[in-house]
Amino acid sequence: MPEKLLYELSVEGRRGVPMPSSDVPAADTLPGSLARTEDAPLPEVSENEAVRHFVRLSTMNHHVDKGFYPLGSCTMKYNPKVNESIVAMKEFADVHPFAPTRMVQGAIRVMVELNEALKEISGFAACSLQPPAGASGELTGLMMMKKYHADRGDSGRYRVIIPDSAHGTNPATIAFAGCEVVEIPSKEDGTLDPEAIRDAVDERLVGLMVTNPNTLGIFESNIRQVADIVHEAGGLMYMDGANLNALLGITTPDALGFDVMHINLHKTFSTPHGGGGPGSGPVCCTEALEPFLPTPIAAKRGDSYLLDWDRPKSIGKMHGFYGNFGMHVRALTYIWSNGKNGLEDVSKLAILNANYVRAMLQDDYELPRADRCLHEVVFSADRQAANGVKALDIAKRLLDFGMHAPTVYFPLIVHEAMMIEPTETESKETLDEFIAAMKQIAKEAIETPERLHEAPTTTPVRRLDEAAAARNPNVRFTKA
Amino acid sequence: MANVPQELKYTEDHEWVRVEGDTATFGITDYAQGELGDVVFLELPDEGDDVKQHETFGSIEAVKTVADLFAPLSGEVLAVNGSLEDEPETINKDPYNAGWLVKIKMSKTDELDGLMDAEAYNQHIS
Repeated sequence: MPEKLLYELSVEGRRGVPMPSSDVPAADTLPGSLARTEDAPLPEVSENEAVRHFVRLSTMNHHVDKGFYPLGSCTMKYNPKVNESIVAMKEFADVHPFAPTRMVQGAIRVMVELNEALKEISGFAACSLQPPAGASGELTGLMMMKKYHADRGDSGRYRVIIPDSAHGTNPATIAFAGCEVVEIPSKEDGTLDPEAIRDAVDERLVGLMVTNPNTLGIFESNIRQVADIVHEAGGLMYMDGANLNALLGITTPDALGFDVMHINLHKTFSTPHGGGGPGSGPVCCTEALEPFLPTPIAAKRGDSYLLDWDRPKSIGKMHGFYGNFGMHVRALTYIWSNGKNGLEDVSKLAILNANYVRAMLQDDYELPRADRCLHEVVFSADRQAANGVKALDIAKRLLDFGMHAPTVYFPLIVHEAMMIEPTETESKETLDEFIAAMKQIAKEAIETPERLHEAPTTTPVRRLDEAAAARNPNVRFTKA
Repeated sequence: MANVPQELKYTEDHEWVRVEGDTATFGITDYAQGELGDVVFLELPDEGDDVKQHETFGSIEAVKTVADLFAPLSGEVLAVNGSLEDEPETINKDPYNAGWLVKIKMSKTDELDGLMDAEAYNQHIS
């Protein structure tokens, strides 16, 4: 039974809270030409109707508090509730961004401490917490790389190399930054091809952008050789930190030869995302790139904390105020509650969980690249497709088991791709339930393939017509 | 099994070409539309534009992905299939006839030698 919109539940004159009439005269602040001539058509419902509406929606929706969420490359780990308790403290929740810095020393200290933690985790010399999302971090990094070259008088660089397994945001960022995308085919095993990169670098190179481990969940073991090739050509190495959850405490992007990266606090550091955001994409970099970081930078001078705006070579501001501060508090809580050893365990368990799923399902689904993986594993539905069952059908059927679908049709270099990232927060029992569901679906693909085209059958809404929604989007309620 | 008409020429990027005199019509193959799924949007050149072989002349958006369209041949665009703007699903229903994309006046007929025949394309997709 579909849930009605609040507008459909609306009854004229109904109120949640009876407001007393105002005992001061209404101010005449707007010129008559700008004032409304009639009331805004807002829904009118009682408080409990509004509460029940949203509670019902939250139970119809799938979320990480409700069930398994193996959406590859998104790191949908559980978001610990202690993060929420800390960020709800009034000293954080009620802070105003215009407050004088002497009144918000604790809040700035949180940013400084998070900077320090991210520097240690990444191995880099400096960090900015300002970018509010991964893609914003990418753009920040790329603008810094361009400014680094321009600052050295090294003009004429406009090309950025990406592998064909790149996240879609990478080419989009490159184009948005006014550079040219150079896409290099991966090797047969799905990793970077140093020889192809050697052929593509020249004096036009800004740098190379890559995710490591890559989008197939495979560690780029040639990364240092690739970094040498890029650096010899005068280019810089950018790491998309989307898959950092596999590296914590094991190695650092700095040690792998990168110059600058973004970190998704909403993936690796357990701040909420997937409708629950907002995100946060801090950028970390080497000493050589530090002058170009966005302003301001949270810093400690002597005994006091301040916001450093005096950064003449900075690319400027990337977001209002200091980024999504609430996410900084949550991420620091997560980092401190795990500690150094705990974070290393996070990555090791994430890798173990993905490999367990890989080993348990490799007889049922095609494993096109590599017999090993890190924190995520990419299967292909090719075997099932021969019987008319596509990755999309398998993804939809999983919803009937009360689990979120994996990422499908990405990375683009795997036909009928299904990208599974269990994360470290799932127990063996949960993984076993998922594996059993996937095995049952593989069996159904052989025995009753036509029924998989009908899936899901137990969800609040059945299979949606995505093509009609894209061709004819209707996102506005019209009163009948 | 995807339909591969005998009388057409094909590219590795899954486009077909129908040659009539010095004009050539492009579209995407039945195999390509099956792989893409429901097409929802197209970006095509304008009449009078020049297209160059192997270079992008537009893009095609389906529910699951967006793909570039690579020109099978070089030439000047004579006509664009305007009906696809309102009914992009025609590409899924009838990729070889009503779902054609553009007609060009060929500028280099020797480029035809590089295209595949139906048999070679069948091999390519098997």
